Amino acid sequence: MSEHTSTYQPKSAIERWLDSRLPIVRFGADLMEFPTPRNLNYWYTFGGILAFCLMVQIITGIILAMHYDASGAGAFISVQRSIMRDVNYGWLIRGIHANGASMFFLAVYLHIARGMYYGSYKAPREVLWLLGCVIYVLMMATAFMGYVLPWGQMSFWGAKVITSLLGAFPVIGPPLTTLLWGGFAVDSPTLNRFFSLHYLLPFVIAAVVALHVWALHVPGNNNPTGVNVKSKSDTLPFHPYYTVKDLFAILVFTIVFAVFVFYLPDAMGKVDNNIEANPLVTPAHIVPEWYLLPFYAILRAIPDKLMGVLGLAGALAMLFALPWLDTSKVRSMRYRPTARIFFLVWVASVMALGWCGSQEPDGLVFPGGPGPVLIDYGINTVTWLSRIATTYYFAYFLVIVPVLGLRERTLPLPDSLYTPVLAHPPGIPVGAAAAPETQG
Amino acid sequence: MADIAGHPGAELDGPAEPGRRDFLYLATGAVGVAGVAAVAWPLIDQLNPAADTLALASIEYDISKVALGQEVTIAWRKSPVFIRHRTPAEIAAAKADDHAPMKDPATDASRVKPGHEEWLIVSASCTHLGCVPTFKGGEYHGWMCPCHGSVYDTAARIRKGPAPKNLYLIPYEFLSPTKVKIG
Repeated sequence: MSEHTSTYQPKSAIERWLDSRLPIVRFGADLMEFPTPRNLNYWYTFGGILAFCLMVQIITGIILAMHYDASGAGAFISVQRSIMRDVNYGWLIRGIHANGASMFFLAVYLHIARGMYYGSYKAPREVLWLLGCVIYVLMMATAFMGYVLPWGQMSFWGAKVITSLLGAFPVIGPPLTTLLWGGFAVDSPTLNRFFSLHYLLPFVIAAVVALHVWALHVPGNNNPTGVNVKSKSDTLPFHPYYTVKDLFAILVFTIVFAVFVFYLPDAMGKVDNNIEANPLVTPAHIVPEWYLLPFYAILRAIPDKLMGVLGLAGALAMLFALPWLDTSKVRSMRYRPTARIFFLVWVASVMALGWCGSQEPDGLVFPGGPGPVLIDYGINTVTWLSRIATTYYFAYFLVIVPVLGLRERTLPLPDSLYTPVLAHPPGIPVGAAAAPETQG
Repeated sequence: MADIAGHPGAELDGPAEPGRRDFLYLATGAVGVAGVAAVAWPLIDQLNPAADTLALASIEYDISKVALGQEVTIAWRKSPVFIRHRTPAEIAAAKADDHAPMKDPATDASRVKPGHEEWLIVSASCTHLGCVPTFKGGEYHGWMCPCHGSVYDTAARIRKGPAPKNLYLIPYEFLSPTKVKIG
């Protein structure tokens, strides 16, 4: 699986017997022994945190499926009455599952941002990055279908709006929408197939995660300096160094998780979802879950239906294309001070889009009036802020990243990934306390 | 099929001339493709509306219940439908805009049945992404969609916002002055 040679020695006769038939213990031992750059910081613990999140979602999901009734007539009652009130600890398991989705996305966004900052998508890790993008898209599909299952007003109208996106495509759009719905509107058949797929996709995600880890183990980890591992002294075995570091990060993460589950269980939800789905009335203000808001804002920013849908899809396509858009030879933004500023503005633009997605299109950005009308909305409205942020989002990938890589002045790279560790913090003289570790 | 020359035994058949074996390969492949398509189609088509959903229900509605200036939203084939009893002022406003610039130009007369122009019966799903627009919302006092701000006038024509089309007309007929059959 990895380039390093196996150091596993079967210790007993049984292990030797098994090793020559199914070397599964060797496989596990090699994973634990995997040489990992010694300078990985806490941003690198989100991979482990995400594996934990996936496991939590699968376990709680399988349990919830035992008590859930996937029919238009029974879904709402089975969630609101059976699971939340009657099933032993049903409230807890649903609380973990529903908030777990948000925690999963929180972790994945930090994981993606870390990859973008340290240039982890660059050669030779493009396939690793693409598989990660596939996982992210699968996660969004799974989360969206899961959100439909409680069959409340937000579930229903969220499903209607998102499936209607397909209707934007000429000719094939309407029959495709009918095919997806299994009827002329979102209805019980839609709910049933979403439940089936919501159960299936997490296992597809798990399979792609296995490929993602495989693709990680071929080139090995990137690291905060972006400098390649040059010798064995640049690395540490994955176990115990990073198993323990990941475990600590997971524990801190579960504290945040628990705060939501026990103290703010409905903070991520919308009250309208406690009203059963009604196909005749749309709630006054419908918004998707927070983790989809930036894409929702891009959809709304573009005044044409088909272009809006293509803009939404294009925003995701940018992530997939990133390894080939970036022309810089330097991986980590630690040594790219100009790129760092543009990247932070990009993060801010995504957050601004997220905020815009949660507001009404004609809402005000700054207190006062909407300002002079430009084309259709006042310039001080959410619509115009989302247009500006959308423009920057695409300009970042299509103009800034390709051009900057060719023109910027980067800082000198360290000789090895370990040099900056010794020089840090700068107050401590190099070679004083850390000297014994460099003797080898 | 020239690559058959490199196939073991090809030299026995002489030079690469399309022969019996090539025909068998092609025929087998074609049957295989047809077989895969025959299996795939039921697996895809099962997603389409089932026969009971398709059994196109038509409904009758007593419109005398809808007072002048009001509207009702009823379900037809599980989708919402507006029945609006328009006031003379609303009809006049819609007619006055017949030649105003619009995304999906239509005259007011084309949106209603002759002799029943006070009754506007249209699909209640916004042509953008399917939300149910709010009665009398927006600057044309027709409807405004709460989801993405599409504004419709009193003839349910799209006047502003992202929706590409007017609210769709649906099949209906008047059985009597107070009763309509939808579907």
